[in-house]
Order: sequence, then structure tokens, then C-alpha cells
Amino acid sequence: METILKVEGLKKTFTLSKKQMKLEKTKDKKKVAVNGISFDAYRGEIFGLLGPNGAGKTTTLRMIATLIKPDAGDALVDGSSIVKDPGAVRGKIGFLTSELKLEDFFTPNYLYDFFSNLYGVDVATCKSRKEKLFKRFGIDEFAEVKIENLSTGMKQKVSIVISLVNDPDIIIFDEPTNGLDILTAKVVTDFLLDLKKQGKSIIVSTHIFSLVEKICDRVGIIIHGEMVCADTLERIQDGMSMEERFFEIFEAHGGRIDA
Amino acid sequence: MHNIVTIIKKELARFFKDKKLVFTTVLFPGLMIYLLYSFMGSGFLNKMEGDSTYIPKIVVNEIPSEIEPLFQETKYDFRGFTENELDAVLTQIENKEIDVAIIFPENFEEDIQTHSQIPNVEIYYNSTKSDSSSAYRALIAVLSQYENTLSNVFDVNVDQSITYDLASEKDLTGEIFSMMLPMLLMIFIFSGCMGIAPESIAGEKERGTIATLLVTPMKRSELAIGKIISLSIISLLAGLSSFLGTILSLPKLYGGQMDGVNAMAYSMMDYVMLLVIILSSILIIISLISIISAYSKSVKEATTAIMPLMIVVMLIGVSSMMISDKGPSLITALIPLYNNVACMNGIFGFTLNPIYFAITLVANLIYTFIFVFVLAKMFNSEKCMF
Repeated sequence: METILKVEGLKKTFTLSKKQMKLEKTKDKKKVAVNGISFDAYRGEIFGLLGPNGAGKTTTLRMIATLIKPDAGDALVDGSSIVKDPGAVRGKIGFLTSELKLEDFFTPNYLYDFFSNLYGVDVATCKSRKEKLFKRFGIDEFAEVKIENLSTGMKQKVSIVISLVNDPDIIIFDEPTNGLDILTAKVVTDFLLDLKKQGKSIIVSTHIFSLVEKICDRVGIIIHGEMVCADTLERIQDGMSMEERFFEIFEAHGGRIDA
Repeated sequence: MHNIVTIIKKELARFFKDKKLVFTTVLFPGLMIYLLYSFMGSGFLNKMEGDSTYIPKIVVNEIPSEIEPLFQETKYDFRGFTENELDAVLTQIENKEIDVAIIFPENFEEDIQTHSQIPNVEIYYNSTKSDSSSAYRALIAVLSQYENTLSNVFDVNVDQSITYDLASEKDLTGEIFSMMLPMLLMIFIFSGCMGIAPESIAGEKERGTIATLLVTPMKRSELAIGKIISLSIISLLAGLSSFLGTILSLPKLYGGQMDGVNAMAYSMMDYVMLLVIILSSILIIISLISIISAYSKSVKEATTAIMPLMIVVMLIGVSSMMISDKGPSLITALIPLYNNVACMNGIFGFTLNPIYFAITLVANLIYTFIFVFVLAKMFNSEKCMF
């Protein structure tokens, strides 16, 4: 199997504000969000990052997407280093996370063309891709409606489509079905499986066990900023449900389930 | 270059497709300045001239015979009063019932003829009533004219057909415009920039839309340049609107006192140089506001942080009134914003030193490049952006 993403020893420490220190109930100004995470993702597979809130999933994905810089370690995205050549990495990936918002004033149609332009996609390709994606997600019906007038599900569909304007081989989705109704969540899940069939590599972070069981080929479990295990779904599950197995691993690594 | 153009197009589309924003940023300031200055001008004029149909009520103890015809020419309503009524008359002036009371001393005419002593005429009036004030000024003028006829030894500039003030229309225009307009222009430019830049940078940070741009392969410097150019274009329109509003309303603001001042005294070259220097000022101000906005977490925080800069710009604007006739020294062309004010002063006053102008443009371009570099670095900094 061809490695398309190689993550080696990624580390990230944040400085906490006084307010954050109070919230985290700590006197330590530094918080290690990601502590030497390493894993590989292969071409044409869906790799799931599973972990509780605050485990370091989003920070890891933000580093791979070059939104933030790692304190140590590196990741090679289809051969390009996130540290040495972040510009090249950005051109190769599609990144979706809840913190990336679309400007309310514009329409899906305008925004798709705008981002295509920034990725250097030629007009004809942009048009044909847009037609396919808009049809696939039913965006045609609200293509000329301003983002501010769309529902959460509609906005998420537009965000997904815009993250794919450059037809990337590596797609990084951070909690793609979070906050979506069951119908929109299914559209998104089916689409991820379609992308996999097209030979795309998908890294998806989630804490929804059913989603992991349904779409992931391999899974990495992150607890307290460390990758505690990464393997195929079958080997990780070890005959158990994903939920049962996760909590077993979680508790084995010092995790506590507070009431 | 392609990405810079894409960003500029997006920013301009965001602005021009929002009719409310176009109205409040570009049309409204110019319109408001024009209407406000015009109303203020007509208000001042009314205050100065008083009510033209009103006949001021004047009381006088005894009008000397030589002065009576002069007073009659004023067409005021003259009435007599006795010394016993003085207190009541003064109270009436205080209550704005009577406009002026004139008290000629006893033996006024005799004293004048014999030169035994200088008689003192007392005129009471109420400065808070405009009709009283204007009647007072008119009566003082009448009495001064009478006094001149008594002791006329020589005249100065008596021939009204000769123009004694040899200042040309150009000089007069330059003198007045070079004092006021640089300061007003700087304030208008800054207001225009302040209205849009924090929203475009701090606002995008606050809403999370700038992160969406930062995950694209576009270079941070392209984003910074694209933002600064587009914001400068919008600020230029806002600044020009305010400028036009000011130029058109100035004659109304000054009533008839701006006779001889003519904005047409400036050549096309002057206007081109003015436009270039306005653009240069906008680039500096937009860059500074953009850097402050990129450092701020929200539009509110950015607006608060920009206030000290606004005070500095206003103070620099006021400095145009203190520039001597010799003009500023060349070294000051290296001081951003002050160099713009000095150039505006030079353009309006027809005294611009071309070398100073050139140094200003080059220096400001270098500063803008430095600011763009800093802004690009900030776009690259996760501490600033997230």
C-alpha cells in the first residue's frame, strides 16, 4: 500500500490564558495538546482519528493542514513537508473543519468560483466540477441564496463542496457530521464512501463510533495528545463493538469517565 | 498576481453589492458634510445679518442735530428717553425688548467744537440678541464715520474703484485652502479607512472566514496586498466623497466671505498630484489600521485600538496650519503622514517642492512595503490569526 500521508512525531504546546487555566483547573501555563503523534495513511483508504474532546484530534489535523505550525515533528503530505513547503501541502489537500467559515454575504455559486480561482482551477474545469458537486449535494436549489440565509446542513454541504474545489487526493475532514440532522449526515457519510471509491484518501476525525464502524478502514485512537493505537478497524475492535473497545482502551490509558 | 486580483475582486464585490454599505461609506459622508456645512453657513449668515424685516428699536436721550440725518438713514425706530428712565431702559435691553440705548453727554456738540474735553458716547446693547448686535455695529459705524468727518486730515484707500489688495485670486485661494484642507482631508481619509479596514480584517478573524482563506495555497503576502489595495480603493472613494462635499459647501459655509477664492485656480496637474498624495496617505493609513486589526481579536477591539492613531493623524493634520512660507525641510519628507500633510499644503498653496513630493512618494511606498511585509507575517502567525 502506498503511503500518502506520513506523520512523524508531531508535537504542539499551547500557552494558556488565565481564563483557560481556570477552565482547565491547572496552574501550568503550558498545555501539551499533541505529544509526538505518528501515523501513516494510505492511498485510497479512510483513516479515522477517534478520541474524546480535547484529546488533540483537531490540533493534529490543523497542523497537517498547515493552519498551525508544529513545535516538533513533521508530516509528509504526498511527499511535501508541512514544515518546509506548507504552500504545496495546501494545494494538495482539501480541509474541512468547523472553524473554517464561509462569508455570509456571498452565495454558494460565488464562493465556489472564488475558491476555485484561488486554487488556480481553470474556468472550464471549475464549471464541470461545480455542476457535479452541486448536483450531488442538491446545492443547485440554493446556489444563488446568500450563506446567511442557509440552514446549518446547507452550509455544511457548501463547505464540503468548497473544500473539494481543487479535486484533492487527500481530504481531511474534522468532525464532518457534527451538528447535522440525520438526513444531511447520511448524505455526507455516503459521499465520503464515494470519494474513497474514486481512490481518494480521507482522514476523518470524529467521536461518533457508528461513523467509524461504517466508513473507516483504519483507525487511530488519540488520548491526552498521544496516539495510543493505530491499526485496521478489525484489529482495533478485536471482536468488540467500537464503543466497548474504545472505552477499554481509554481506561487502560488513564482516561476517566466522569459522571 | 492572479490571487491578488481575485482577492481585490472579492473585496470590491463584497462592498459594492451591499448597497447599504456603499451608501453609508461613500455617499453619506459627502452628502452629510455638504448639507451640514451649508446649513451651518446659512445659520451663521442669518446670525450675522439678523432679520431683514425687523426694525431695531433704539432709544436715545438727545440726538445732536449734525448726527440726526445720519441716524435717520439707518431707518431704525428712534425714540427719546429721559435720564430718570435709564434704569428701566437698561432692564428692557436686558430683556430684549429694546435693542440699543444711546446716551450722548451734555454739551456734546459744544465740546466737539471747542475741543475743551473729549465727550464719551455710551451705547448699551445685548450681544445675545443678533438684531441688537447688528444695530450696535451699524450705529458704531455711523458714529465713527461722523468722527472721521470732524478730524479728517488725510484719507487711506478712499477710492473704491481701485483694488488695493494685490493678492491674486490664486494667492488668496492658496492661502485659505492650504490652511484648512490638508487637515480636513486627513480626517476624512482616516474616517474612510477606519470605517472599512477593521471590518475586513478583524471582522473576518472574528467570523472565522479568514481561516478559510489561509488554508488555500495563496501566499500570505498576496492576501495582504490584495486586502490593502482593495481597502485603499474603497477608502479613496470615501475620502473623495467627503472632499467633494467639503469643496462644494465651503463657499456656503463662509457665506460671502470667500470672494476671490476659486477652486478653479488649480490646474489639472495640481489635481493629479493631489490624487497621488491622497492615495499615498490612504496606503499608509490602511496599512497601519490593517496591522492593528490583524492584531485585534474583534472589530470592537480593533476600533478601540485605532483611536490613539486617529488622534495622532488629527494632530498631524493640524500641523498644516503651522508650516512656514519657506516650506518644510526635506528631511521631514521621510516622516509618514506629516509628509502627506506638507505635500497637500504645498499643492493647495502652490508652493510644492517637486523634490519633497518625490521623496514623500518613495518613502511612503517603502513604508507601505514594510507594512505589507509585517501584515503578511501576521497572517502567517497563528498567535495573531487564531
